[in-house]
Amino acid sequence: MSAPRRITLDWPLVLSALALSVFGIAVVYSAGQTDVPTFVARLYKVQIGWFVLGLCAAYGVSRASVRLIEWVTVPAYIATIVVLMLLLVIGKGAGTAASTKSWLAIGGFRLGQPAELAKITVVMMLAKVLAANKSAPRSLMELWKPALIVGVPWLLIMAQPDLGTGIVFVGIFFGMLFWSGISWQLLLLIASPVVSLVLAFSTSIWGAWFLLLLALVIWYRPYLWEGVFVVAANVVMGVIAPLLWESLKPYQQARLRVFLDPSTDPRHTGYHVIQSQVAIGSGGWFGKGYTMGTQKRLAFLPAQHTDFIFSVVGEELGFIGVTLAIALFASLFLRTVRVASRANDAYSSLVAFGLLSSWFVHVVENIGMTLNLMPVTGIPLPFFSYGGSFMFASWLAVGILARISSEGRGAQFGQFAV
Amino acid sequence: MSFHPNDVARRARAATALVGGVLLFLVGAFFRTQVIRNQQWVLQSEENRLREVPLPAPRGIIYDRSGRVIAENVVGYTVSLLVQSADSLQATLDRLGGTITLTPAQVSAAMSRFRRNPARPTVILPEATFDQISVLEEHRIDFPNLIIQSSPKRFYPDSTAVAPLVGYTSEVSEADLANPKFEGYKPGQQIGKRGLEREYENVLRGREGSRFVEVDARGRVVREVGARADLEPRQGTPLYTNIDLDLQDYVASIFGDSLQGGAVAMEPRTGGVLALYSAPSWNPNRFIGGVSASYFDSLRTDPRRPLYNKAVQGQYPPGSTWKLATAVVALENNLVTMDEQMPQPCRGSYYFGNRAWKCWDPRGHGSLTLAGAIEKSCDVYFYQLGLRMGLSKLIAGGVSLGFTSKTGIDLPDENRQRFPDQLQYFNERYGPRGWTQAAAVMNMSIGQGENSQTVLSMARFYSALAENGMAPVPEIANKAPQRTQIFQLSQAQEDGLRQALMGVVQAGGTAASAQIKGVVLAGKTGTAQSGTYRNGREENHAWFAGFAPADDPKIVVVVMIEFGGHGTRAAQIASKIIGHYLHTATTSLVQTDG
Repeated sequence: MSAPRRITLDWPLVLSALALSVFGIAVVYSAGQTDVPTFVARLYKVQIGWFVLGLCAAYGVSRASVRLIEWVTVPAYIATIVVLMLLLVIGKGAGTAASTKSWLAIGGFRLGQPAELAKITVVMMLAKVLAANKSAPRSLMELWKPALIVGVPWLLIMAQPDLGTGIVFVGIFFGMLFWSGISWQLLLLIASPVVSLVLAFSTSIWGAWFLLLLALVIWYRPYLWEGVFVVAANVVMGVIAPLLWESLKPYQQARLRVFLDPSTDPRHTGYHVIQSQVAIGSGGWFGKGYTMGTQKRLAFLPAQHTDFIFSVVGEELGFIGVTLAIALFASLFLRTVRVASRANDAYSSLVAFGLLSSWFVHVVENIGMTLNLMPVTGIPLPFFSYGGSFMFASWLAVGILARISSEGRGAQFGQFAV
Repeated sequence: MSFHPNDVARRARAATALVGGVLLFLVGAFFRTQVIRNQQWVLQSEENRLREVPLPAPRGIIYDRSGRVIAENVVGYTVSLLVQSADSLQATLDRLGGTITLTPAQVSAAMSRFRRNPARPTVILPEATFDQISVLEEHRIDFPNLIIQSSPKRFYPDSTAVAPLVGYTSEVSEADLANPKFEGYKPGQQIGKRGLEREYENVLRGREGSRFVEVDARGRVVREVGARADLEPRQGTPLYTNIDLDLQDYVASIFGDSLQGGAVAMEPRTGGVLALYSAPSWNPNRFIGGVSASYFDSLRTDPRRPLYNKAVQGQYPPGSTWKLATAVVALENNLVTMDEQMPQPCRGSYYFGNRAWKCWDPRGHGSLTLAGAIEKSCDVYFYQLGLRMGLSKLIAGGVSLGFTSKTGIDLPDENRQRFPDQLQYFNERYGPRGWTQAAAVMNMSIGQGENSQTVLSMARFYSALAENGMAPVPEIANKAPQRTQIFQLSQAQEDGLRQALMGVVQAGGTAASAQIKGVVLAGKTGTAQSGTYRNGREENHAWFAGFAPADDPKIVVVVMIEFGGHGTRAAQIASKIIGHYLHTATTSLVQTDG
């Protein structure tokens, strides 16, 4: 009989996550309260189930040492790749994304979206590789391993296709490279082809960007071939951008066009963004009251329990509610930065920051999308959007962070029994 | 990675700044949308969820001179649909067809209403029956975008008796909507179609109110009341008229079903119209909520033309009633005196040119003064008077007596009389050699020829006879009288004319049967050639125009019976009307010749 192992619990971290979850489930409940009832009305119960399951998982993970987590990293990553490859064959669609292959289903019962767990395993794997080096990568050559680790699952997920999750992977990649101490100039050089791709739609803007890039290359003085490669990559991206645009599916093109001007397609693709803005904007300071949002009640607001759940917050709880939600996210994020900066070792620190990067991209993209500050990509809001896998994965991440926190500097053992 | 605490701390600061900065930016963006631009989005959200359902305003009540109701409102029901597209309207109508009967005409009317104004609830049944309402209420759940509401419906208690006067209301037509005069009207609204309803549309219509229902994204009505405060409709202004409803009903009853023609009764001093009727009439209540095709066709194909207002629109040669005009013009020009005799006495006809101009009485009237000629309505006298005057003077006189201009009654559709305004008219009509001045003036001096007057126009002239040359504008609505002097005669001439008109209705005059016991009636018969023959005989229009009491005229009555034969028939009716109005029994009718 050994005494139960006692660790300190990072209360600010856990309480932030708990508050966000309770807030989120309350909004999922409200999302179901429509004048003409739909299946959404009972989803909050399912969400509570996944929340409880996530809490258990978080508790379990927090009992495991970081070393154990590091030990399972490689097998978990390989398993992730295998499952993602399998998905391309047996994956199922669901809900608003019925034609994709994001879901793992057995006998018609949808278990969940493996991509949510993949976010965590990729963070773990990337942390392991980046932590192995004493110093941060200094050249593009040294980046082939991290690029491969993120690139393989990224390609598999983009093939589902799931653009939103793909963007999260890119965010994780850059976030963790930043945390590994890579110089900002190098980060910029890596990012530059992507920037070129976006800016290529206006030749003059792209030209300005290209001159800026040349200046950077001359000033930073990378290896000659690296410099040539970066410049060439930018040129190629600029050239193929229009071709890439052509290869996009019409609905994807429409989404991007609507992002620039929602009124180009107010009935279809633009409808979501416009109605979301109407819902949020009409909320005012204090909102129309919990469950009382007319945009939501009368079904003007689409995907009110998933992608546009934050519009319900805006409509029913007003600017005050929105500020509260964002403040809770800020509390969670800043606490996670603290966890990452006080972690005992490089691996833990990178895992913590990777998880933060993933959440941050979700939150910024999802909330930005409701105000048309970001294009609509169908990315969920952590702790809020209805979706079991994501709730579960988020709490798994909280568990990992809690463990890292308890092992980190400044943590005192033996204070709380968990 | 570089894991030196200083490096980590530096990156942690950068990360904190980035996270904090981006989240603050988001809060700022929400502040801009939710607080600064709040009004704009609130408006859009209200537009999303609220649909305005018009509450029709009750029209103003129309009263007669003693406060009795000519037109009022009763409770009716309308059924409308709130739809977003023509397709969904069609689909809903198809489904409705399984619950209540909808005619193809109703379906196409609904479709065109929707196309005209998709934002308004589309009226399906402007005039739903109670049975339809109860069936629809039962199936409410199947038609979530159905709106049933009570709406005021026009009703005319006196029905056919007031139809020629009051007109009717019905849904505003495509033609009206295209008319700038009716700008602001929306499909499905009611509008006055004829008579007073049309003339005083702006006064009577009132202001439409609004009720707001809440709809969801699919256009289904989710909440019927309380979504937003109603805007109450405002009833139209009541219209007070000069009509004597009792007299109006009486006039209608005398005409009955057999007679066809028009009648006007008015106060000579003010022009206030006491009664105005055109027979046969029609039932205005059957026009409310849309007239049935069968009823409308029966009215349209009726040879007696019920929808043609014979008092306001009908133009008829005035016949002998016009001899007073000839006399007035001659007296004004000092061409004749009341006691003057014409060179040739009446022997039944007058020889002029190479033909004989007949008097109506083949037995002849002998030698007559002007007064006598009016009493006996002697054509031969007036042929000679006309020749003495000449065509130019007669035409000029007719024009200044108002026989070329509308009376200006407050009814739509008044027709202009036909009367030449200058000699040129004859040249244009017949060619310079196709007519002679003599023939024209002889015809015109007895009220035939190029002269067609409305009943109303004759009523105005006889009002002037009763009122020393002051002709009033006939007015149905009660407002300030307008009068103009159309001729000026000496008191002696006035009295002479009055005496002559009294003579007409006394024993020996042409309208002796029209005499009223206790009241002295002044008036003139007319028998006008209609140009219509039946069984080889010309069917004449019967006229009577007169006023009473002769010494203090309180009422002018003009009656015209289409194809009514001799003017005495009209005189009998007119005397009944006057008797009814002055509460005097008529004397037993003395049958006279001619």
